[in-house]
Amino acid sequence: MASSTTSSMGRLRLAQHLRASAQPTAVRSSCIATRTFASSSRLRKDGDEPQGHLPGHPSSVFLTSLNDSFFDSVRPKTLSGNKNAKGGIPTYRLMDGVGRLLPGVTDETVNITEAEGVKMYRTMLLLPQIDVILYNAQRQGRISFMMTSYGEEGAVIGSAAGLDGKDEVFAQYRESGVLLWRDFSIDHFMSQVFGAEDDLCGGRQMPIHFGSTQHHFHTISSPLATQIPQAAGAGYALKRTKGRENNVVICYFGEGAASEGDFHAGMNLASTTKSPVIFFVRNNGYAISTPAAEQFRGDGIASRGPGYGMLTIRVDGNDALAVRSAVQAAKAKALSEQRPVLIEAMTYRVGHHSTSDDSSAYRSKQAVESWKQMDNPLHRMRNFLTDRGWWHDELEEQTKVQHRKTVIEAMGRAEKKKRPQLSSLFEGTYRGEMPGNLKEQRAELAELLEKYGSLPGWSKEMAKHANAGKDMEQYRIKK
Amino acid sequence: CSFLVAIRDAQAHVLTSDPSALVFGEDVAFGGVFRSTMNLSTTFGRDRVFNTPLTEQGIIGFAIGLADMGHTAIAEIQFGDYIFPAFDQLVNEAAKYNYRSGGQFNVGKLTVRAPCMGVGHGALYHSQSVEQFFMGVPGLKVVVPRSPIQAKGLLRASVADDNPVVFLEPKILYRASVEQVPMDDFTLPLSQAEIVRPGNDLTLISWGAPLYACEEALALLANPPASIAQHFPSSIRGANVELIDLRTILPWDRETVIKSVAKTGRCVIVHEAPVTAGVGAEIAAEVQKNCFLNLEAPITRVGGWDTPFPHVGELFYKPEAVRIADALVKCLTF
Repeated sequence: MASSTTSSMGRLRLAQHLRASAQPTAVRSSCIATRTFASSSRLRKDGDEPQGHLPGHPSSVFLTSLNDSFFDSVRPKTLSGNKNAKGGIPTYRLMDGVGRLLPGVTDETVNITEAEGVKMYRTMLLLPQIDVILYNAQRQGRISFMMTSYGEEGAVIGSAAGLDGKDEVFAQYRESGVLLWRDFSIDHFMSQVFGAEDDLCGGRQMPIHFGSTQHHFHTISSPLATQIPQAAGAGYALKRTKGRENNVVICYFGEGAASEGDFHAGMNLASTTKSPVIFFVRNNGYAISTPAAEQFRGDGIASRGPGYGMLTIRVDGNDALAVRSAVQAAKAKALSEQRPVLIEAMTYRVGHHSTSDDSSAYRSKQAVESWKQMDNPLHRMRNFLTDRGWWHDELEEQTKVQHRKTVIEAMGRAEKKKRPQLSSLFEGTYRGEMPGNLKEQRAELAELLEKYGSLPGWSKEMAKHANAGKDMEQYRIKK
Repeated sequence: CSFLVAIRDAQAHVLTSDPSALVFGEDVAFGGVFRSTMNLSTTFGRDRVFNTPLTEQGIIGFAIGLADMGHTAIAEIQFGDYIFPAFDQLVNEAAKYNYRSGGQFNVGKLTVRAPCMGVGHGALYHSQSVEQFFMGVPGLKVVVPRSPIQAKGLLRASVADDNPVVFLEPKILYRASVEQVPMDDFTLPLSQAEIVRPGNDLTLISWGAPLYACEEALALLANPPASIAQHFPSSIRGANVELIDLRTILPWDRETVIKSVAKTGRCVIVHEAPVTAGVGAEIAAEVQKNCFLNLEAPITRVGGWDTPFPHVGELFYKPEAVRIADALVKCLTF
């Protein structure tokens, strides 16, 4: 048996090396090309002639200077003629720090209606209300965990506004604003956080791990960057689905997650398979306590895009209008050119990483305050709207009060709801028939509940579930 | 036809009957390094049967994305030994996709094919059995066929199954194992072991390539060559051994196995993977729990030694016929 498979084993990865080095015809022809070129290139200067025969990159030019041959950065096409520009990929923005349109930017460029501008700002204002209420709820032990969106309202809502409600979303965890933009109900939001009976995800994941088929928002998971190659596959699927030709996938992640291997895998796969995916990285300066300077040495995440043959743009993440317009353009290009686009939104994580983190242990409170004052996405959007007469102080107050009321009421409702019934712990592991081992273990728990359900700890917890554990009785094995 | 052609044909049936189905992986387009996707890209188009960049975590992540969108994804990992970069995607993502989303999103249409097990000279990274790493992952199914008919029917069933399946193909059988395979589309049930040969005196359980070593061991037991005959007492040469092909590693067919051992009272489990924490450990524990009063000898496991899979010396590493026969003797004479 072994000898019969020798030939197949001959085609291992090792054999690929052999193939690469043993291409007699290719090698011969390239020798000829080199000779021809060498003889005619004597009169030419470095770099003005394509090399023409390197298999990997036929259009690469010759350089004979070792000094000129090393590169350490991506050279952006334009630096706007600004003499102070020090290089690096430039940042696209439409508004200045106080929400005035930059020179040359007109209302036509921004191209937004009053209704949409106001909806964006209203949704942006909802995020900090949810954040403050749930953050405090966690501090009081009413929920187990919470992650806020402070400082990133512009990046998240701006990007959501640039998309169609049916574009597929693969998120990391700090993008719940996309769901709110799509009118995900605040009750479902709270049910997820509290693990209530009517949570769409069955109360199985930690708070903030949302998902909703109706909103094309694929369920969030904790492992970082795993969604990136998945988004590439979903993009390829969209391309092959009749009726979905005008939809793209958007995949969100932070600059820390971009250090994972799955980032590399996903970017490369989306590019080689020509899939319409927008990779949206929120570069907020920190991955928990790790500053971006310890995350990478290159020019942010954007500089990696061209290396994957990907259209790339860096945008001011605190300028919700610039983010919206960048996403709109990225979507148009992703569809018309059938290729992925990378957007790096530069922003700042104003809040702690999560309720399990105290960020003052690794950065000064003063730095955070100055960010909030100096470059606040909410203030910028508010000023933009106010300048046009679309917003005023009274509306601001009303909206905040209304949001607060909505959130507190929804939280109150969710808190009173029962958890899913206990037997659901076993369901959904497999689709279709439940395997025997799981049925047996379900019966085992049913028996244990019968015997020990009166223990104070157990009975208290059981009472929180729908049916108070009684649904398990049917699974007891009758003796 | 051969095992390889059966695998190829099963994929062709899927591609024909399901317009959403895609086949991809490293070097799949030209027919695959083992020829198991031969001519599929020319028949079904490069947009449906295509090469991916060389990234296992990417291949499985990409496949999950496709399956999540309702498309049938048959992903190939070139060798089971290289499935580990995708371990996170398989264990944390694919296996938990349905559960964590409350059934809103699932990757039931995902099937991962990977050649596995020893091949004579594959050494550390072209020989491994990886099924035990996936056996402890609720949400996945793990399947290992033993022959062309089994390969075709079980692969078809794996693709049709509504859960993500890791389908491990014993590569030593790719060309060696040949039999008449129905041309038509057919499936064989998952999570059902098959009694390959019935018996009453001992239950011998294996899957994949070592099943052939088990067959040889039974022949050896019945008719040992004169040079080693003294190690095979004549009283047990006529032993009637029940040979079971487990076929599905997760969720495995406990009923068939337990019923068999309850009848025979003796159990030997054979696999190529190292013994410690191998699939045999799980089966042995379960059999011991359910057949305690029936057992007449300790449950015996025969596997690879607890070392990496060596290059030279494979003969002494793998559970070859004589090692299995020796275990049968010990178990039968206990």
